[in-house]
Parts: sequence; C-alpha cells; structure tokens
Amino acid sequence: MSESDVARASAGGPPPALAARGITKRFPGGVVANEHVDLEVLPGEVHALLGENGAGKSTLSNCFTGLYRPDEGTILVDGEPVAFHSPRDAIEAGIGMVHQHFRLVESFTVAENIALGEHGPVRRRADAARVRELGERYGLGVDPNARIWQLSVGQQQRVEIIKALSREARILILDEPTAVLTPHEAEALFEVLRRMTAEGRSVIFISHKLDEVRAVADRVTVLRDGRSEGTRPLAGAESRELARLMVGRDVSLTAEAPTRATAPTDEVVLALRGVRATGEHGQESLAGIDLEVRAHEVVGVCGVSGNGQRELAEVVAGMRPPTSGTVEIAGTRLAKADPRAAQRAGLAHVPEDRMHTGLSPSLPIEDNLALTAHRRPPLSTGPFLRRRRIRERAVALMADYDVRAPGPTTPTRVLSGGNVQKVLLAREFSSDPKVLVAASPTRGLDVGAIEAVRSLLVDAAERGVGVLLLSEDLDEILSLSDRIAVIYEGSILAVVDRADADVEELGLLMGGDRSHLADGAA
Amino acid sequence: MGLRLERRVDRPRWLTVAVPLASVAVALFVGGVVIALSGNDAVDTYARILERGFTSRGAFTATLTAATPLLFTGLAAAAAFRMGVFNIGGEGQLIVGAIGASGAAIALGDSASGPVLIVAMVVAGAAAGAAWAGIAAVLRAYLGTNEIITTLMLNYLAINLATYLVFGSTSAWRELTGTGLMFPQGKKIPDAARWPGIDFGNFTVGLGFFLGTAIAIGLFVLFRATRYGFSVRVIGDEPRAARYAGMRTRRTILSLLALSGAVAGIGGASDVGGTRYLLDPKALGQAGYGYAGIVVAALARLNPLAVVGVSILMGGLANAGRALQGPDFPAGLVGTLQGLLLVCTLAGELFARYRVRRTAPTPATPGAAA
Repeated sequence: MSESDVARASAGGPPPALAARGITKRFPGGVVANEHVDLEVLPGEVHALLGENGAGKSTLSNCFTGLYRPDEGTILVDGEPVAFHSPRDAIEAGIGMVHQHFRLVESFTVAENIALGEHGPVRRRADAARVRELGERYGLGVDPNARIWQLSVGQQQRVEIIKALSREARILILDEPTAVLTPHEAEALFEVLRRMTAEGRSVIFISHKLDEVRAVADRVTVLRDGRSEGTRPLAGAESRELARLMVGRDVSLTAEAPTRATAPTDEVVLALRGVRATGEHGQESLAGIDLEVRAHEVVGVCGVSGNGQRELAEVVAGMRPPTSGTVEIAGTRLAKADPRAAQRAGLAHVPEDRMHTGLSPSLPIEDNLALTAHRRPPLSTGPFLRRRRIRERAVALMADYDVRAPGPTTPTRVLSGGNVQKVLLAREFSSDPKVLVAASPTRGLDVGAIEAVRSLLVDAAERGVGVLLLSEDLDEILSLSDRIAVIYEGSILAVVDRADADVEELGLLMGGDRSHLADGAA
Repeated sequence: MGLRLERRVDRPRWLTVAVPLASVAVALFVGGVVIALSGNDAVDTYARILERGFTSRGAFTATLTAATPLLFTGLAAAAAFRMGVFNIGGEGQLIVGAIGASGAAIALGDSASGPVLIVAMVVAGAAAGAAWAGIAAVLRAYLGTNEIITTLMLNYLAINLATYLVFGSTSAWRELTGTGLMFPQGKKIPDAARWPGIDFGNFTVGLGFFLGTAIAIGLFVLFRATRYGFSVRVIGDEPRAARYAGMRTRRTILSLLALSGAVAGIGGASDVGGTRYLLDPKALGQAGYGYAGIVVAALARLNPLAVVGVSILMGGLANAGRALQGPDFPAGLVGTLQGLLLVCTLAGELFARYRVRRTAPTPATPGAAA
C-alpha cells in the first residue's frame, strides 16, 4: 500500500520521481473523477495505472501534465511540491505525455510537429535529422517529412512518442498506448520503454489490458471509480485479483470465441474483385484485393497498421474511388465512390476515426443518430425534418444501446469513448444493413464496452449481416471471425479459416513473411 | 486566490438571452463613461439618441430605412457563416444586386406596371448577387480557394463596375439628359418601380424591410427545420463526417453561398427601389453596408431572427448619429458605440461558453520551488 511506500521513501531511499498525494478533481455536474488518489512513481520504473474507462486514469494524468489543476491534493516531482499552471510548466518539470487522442497539427510535417512549441529558429534539416536519430535509436521509424494527415493512426502515435522523447522527458505518461498497435508494434514499444527506464527515466503506463501491464510494468496501481485500489508489485500479483480490483467483480479473462447460432450461408453480400486504390501520398495502397464476405459471416482482416486497412474500409464505404476493380454490396455494384450509394445498397460503416468521421462532434446525440436517416421518412417529410420523431427515435435508440448521457440534446463530443461508439453503432445498426464494415471497433474502449460492442457484432452476424472486421487486435480477430484475411502492403496474403488459424503463422504473415505458406503447399 | 474558466458542458437556455442583454448593458455603460470623459452628459446624450433614433416624429421610419440594407447584408453573412463559409462579400453582392435591379427597372421602363417592375427588380437583384457570390463559390468548391479572399476582392470589382457604369461609360445606367449632362449621375428608375411602404400611423415600414423580415423567417425555418439546414450544420461542424454521411458538400457550398449572395443582392434592389431610385456608386461605396452586415450577423450570433432586431438597433444608432451630428455631439460617438457593442457581445460569448470559478490558493510554483 501507499503508506509503506511513503515509509520507504522517508527511510532514505530516493524520492519518487513523481508523486500524487490525495489528488481530488471534480467536474461540473457533480462528477468526481479523482478522489484522494495517492500515487508514487519511482525513478527507473514502469508504473502501470490500471482501470476501466472512466476510472479517472486520464484525469489523473491530465493533472500531472498541467492540463487540469486538482481541486485538492499535491503533486511532487523529485519530492518537491509543484503546482502546474500550464502544460508548459509540466514539460519543464520533465513530464511528457502521449495522449490517447493525439495532439498533432495535421497539416504540418512530422518534423514540424516535433519542433512545435520549442523556442528558437526553425531549422528544418536539423529537426528532420533529430526525428530520424530518435526514430532509429528507439525503433520508431517514421518519415520526418510526411504530413500528419497522411499517416496511419499507429504512425501518428510514434510521432507523439518521439515528440515527448525529443523534449527529454524524465517521466513519460502513455495513455492507452497499445490501443493502436499490433502485438508486434506493442512489443517494440515495450522495448523502447525498457531502454528509457534503463536510462533512469520513469514511465506511467495507462492501460486496461492486464496482459500488457504484466508484460511491461514493474508495479501497478489500480483505479476504480476515481479511487485508488492500492499499489502492488506485479511480481506475485494475480491477474484475476487485479481484474477484480479493476472492475469490482469477477470477470472472464480468456477471449473465448462467442458461440453463434447461425453459420455463414453461400449468399455473397460483399465482393471485392481486383480492387486497387491509391493512398494519401498517391502511392498504391491497395494492390488488387479479392475478398468476399457472405451473409452471417464475419471476415477479419488483420495486419500491421498502415498496410491498406484504412483504404480498404474507405473503398468499400464509397469514400475512396478505386483506381480499378469492382466493389459489390448485396449484389449492387458501386458505380462510383459515393457513400450514399453504398448506404443505399445496404452498407453500414463504423470508421476508424469515430469522433470526427463517424460523428459530427458538436451536434447533439439525436442529430448524430439521424445523420443518414434524416433524409427519409419518417424522420423527414419532403424537405422538412420531423424534429419530434428524431427526438423520440434518439431516446429509444439510447435506451436500446445503453448510451449513458444526460439526454438526447447533449453534444456528442462530451461523451466517453464507449458511449460515443454506442451512438455510432446504434445509428449504423438501425439502418438494417446487409454489410457492416467495422474498423477497430473496440479500440480504446473499456472491458465492459468491448464486450458490448463485440456482442453487437455477433448479433449482427446472427441476423444475417456480413461483417468485415478490420482490427489490429489479433485476439479480437481470432475470437470473432469465421475467416481471417491477412493484409500486407495492400495485398491479401492469405485467407484462413479460424479453425486452421495459428497465431504464430498469422504474425509471420502480418510481417510479410509467407515462406511457411510455400512450405505448407509443397 | 484566482479565477479560472471551465467549459460548460450544456448551455442553459436562459444564458443565450441573458448574456447578450447584459453585454448591451455593459457596452452602454462603457459608452457612457467615454461620453462623460469627452465632457458631455452621458444621460442626456443617450436620451437624445433614443429620441432621434426611435421616439421622435419620423425617427422610427428613418431608422427602419437605415436598418433595411443592414438587415439584408446581416442575413447574407449569417447564412454563410453558419456553415463556416466566410462570405465577406455582402458589400459587392449588394452593389451588383443594385446594378441588376436598377438595370431591370430601366430596361422595362414605363411600359411595365408597378408590381411587375418590383418583382423584376427583386429577381434581377437576387440573380446578380447570387451570380457574384457564385464566382467565389465555384472557386471554393472546386479549387479550394479561400472564400474570404475571393469575396473580399470581388467587392472591389463590384464597386468599380458600378462606378464605371455611371461615371466611366455611357451605359444604360447613366443619366444622359438634363442635369446628367453637366455632372455624371445614375439614371432614375421609373416612378412605378418605386417600392411602396405601409403606413402604421406613427411610422412607415418600407417593402424592403418587410421582405427582409420574411427572408429572415424563411432562413430561420431553413436552418432549423429542413434537411438542407441539417446538412449545413454537419458540414459546418465536421466536413469529414458530412462526407462519411454522403452529404453533397460541394453542392451545399455552392447553393449556400449563392443564397447568401442572393439575399445581399435583394438588399441592393431594395436600396435602389426603396431609397435612392437610381444606381449611386458613391453612396453605396461610402455606406459600407456589407461590412456593417458582418457586425450585425456577429451581434445576432448568426440567428436570422435576431438579425432583424440587431439591424434595427444599429440602424437607429446610425440614424440618430446622422441627425444629431454637430458641435455638441462628437462625430465618432456612434461608431464608438457600435464598436463597443460588438466587443462586449463577443466578450460576453465567453461567459456563455465557460463558467468562471474561483480557485483555492495554490502552493508554490515549480519555478519558485526550484
């Protein structure tokens, strides 16, 4: 417990690199995000902060980085009490943060983002060299001259980490860093963190995934409902015990394949034939994709981020024109890239970027639930909206999908990640689709919300929807898919039945290594 | 002890009314201090503005006349700004609207009846304004050109075009007989083309003001209750979500900018038909209705119905300033008051969006601790 840590610290050990004493943070509306939270992060340790979404992890780290000021309690850096008036104070105190939602200027290059906020003249070549040097040193390769909007989410995260490292952060806070990474990328990140702690830096690793906390952290503090459930070393801590502390009840830890009442039929609801498309750079990002999804079937597409998943989802959704090849949704061939035509043909789409592509953040929930349906009766009559029906439908959908919000007129941007995704899913499922494209649908969600989203996907497949699931979470792909397609550099390297799937084999394929396939064929 | 701002999650309804009213009160108070500092009696000055702007005989009629062009340009700005399309070109669109409307009235001449002439003027004004804005709209929708710059530049083109038609050529818009031979001036429109007003006893409301109010109501309904208005809000808030939802972003930009231009153009028609009865480039250039309209739209917080009230307020101030100017009434006072109103309203937005909280005393800063 923290008291013993305090005792140890006062008994002559080095002071904690970063400590919180009795931090309380309240928000308007009576929400207490942190209540008397104690935390001590020792020099050279990876300290995991474990808790569900809404447990107060992000609020606590925002207090550490000067974004919020705690209502009560003190923060200590190297044993000295500090008060951060702005993020700059925190940066100067040596605290760096990689947020879950990136703080990058989309139209700037990687190097410009790194240089942003620093004093002195802009030296492009030196900045680019620094990015390259840090990238090589920590295995975070990224093109310094690429613009942020051209990068995949995984690549953008690397930029964030490089940014913090380039500011010589002694204490690095990572908020759900692996949510956007493949297992391989995550392992590489852990290696980066180990190198940092070997240099005497400290890492606060925020997560709700037990296995990765176990893989990377030295000690763990569990947060639940804004309160600390205590700190313990990971050696000797039982996963089941940590999970119980985190959610306040027993949970099943294995990603069991949910049983489905129906089997895939022969009816093909989504067919891609020889689809090629270019990415943001104008480079070929889809190099001839052939893929079919049948009714009642879940096809999982796995791969390292940036191998064409984003373009694949966009082509199917009619948001990106293919340069050649055809896309057929429920027998209707998409003549041109038109999201509305794709929707009419029976497509539902849960995009990777929920908040800014899937939703209009400042609009009320009720309008976001009517984002596409408002065009047709009963939500509109001719050119006029039927506001009352929009409201009633929103109230009903919010109840059905358990969206927790003050009301249907609440701006969508104030919702938590899980509730945002529920709004999106409620809307997409309510259109009675034939095909669902879901891109990283559970990324960044807590355990409860992940369960809810996965069971909705399973429900959809049972109702006859063909689901194309793009995910970087291999466990998710394995637990939900009937067939698994591995995408690498814009091509589908292999499609395997779940029954034949082997994690190691998939991992090799995701890395572009298909030698073992040739062996198997021979 | 310090003060701190916290973003409001939900904006209470009473605030959307209370904050603008409080802002106006603060602006008037600060204005009063300025008047007192300039050596005048603040209460007396306000009383005179109130009298000459609103209450004295004929004052309200003159105020409505002054308010009418601001109403149109204010609505034009509000409509476009709602989608985050910054149409700064209300000025130019109003001028080409005046060119179109006066041209239509002169071309039809005395042969046509009053109603036909007036409808023709409205249509021609709207079409000219829409076409003028359409230039910027096409550039924005297809080439991504910044509409702030294009609409602004088109303002200069418009005023120079009007000046050329009246002062630089022997066009149909120029008076070529009588006094027009001695000094270049615009040609009068037929008497039948003059826009009527409705007499309410104490004051008269011109057709232009009625038309503007009707357009305000129409725009309010358009934004509040139609599919089109829904698209405008989504595109204005998050273009990526609009694209995802299959909304016709390009088409909406084109149509909304054209609509905005058409409203400003009708303002030009109203200026010709209701006030000047000819194309007067000099007066239009000096009035700066287009720019004042942006201020009106900002004060009205882009609500078309509020634009009606704000345009009357601003029109009244302008009217009183004109009537009262003299040795004991500083010439810049009205402009100062209008500026104060804008600053206070925009500052008031802060309180509508954020909640001010007092913070507890904080321990030493990292700088002090080091």
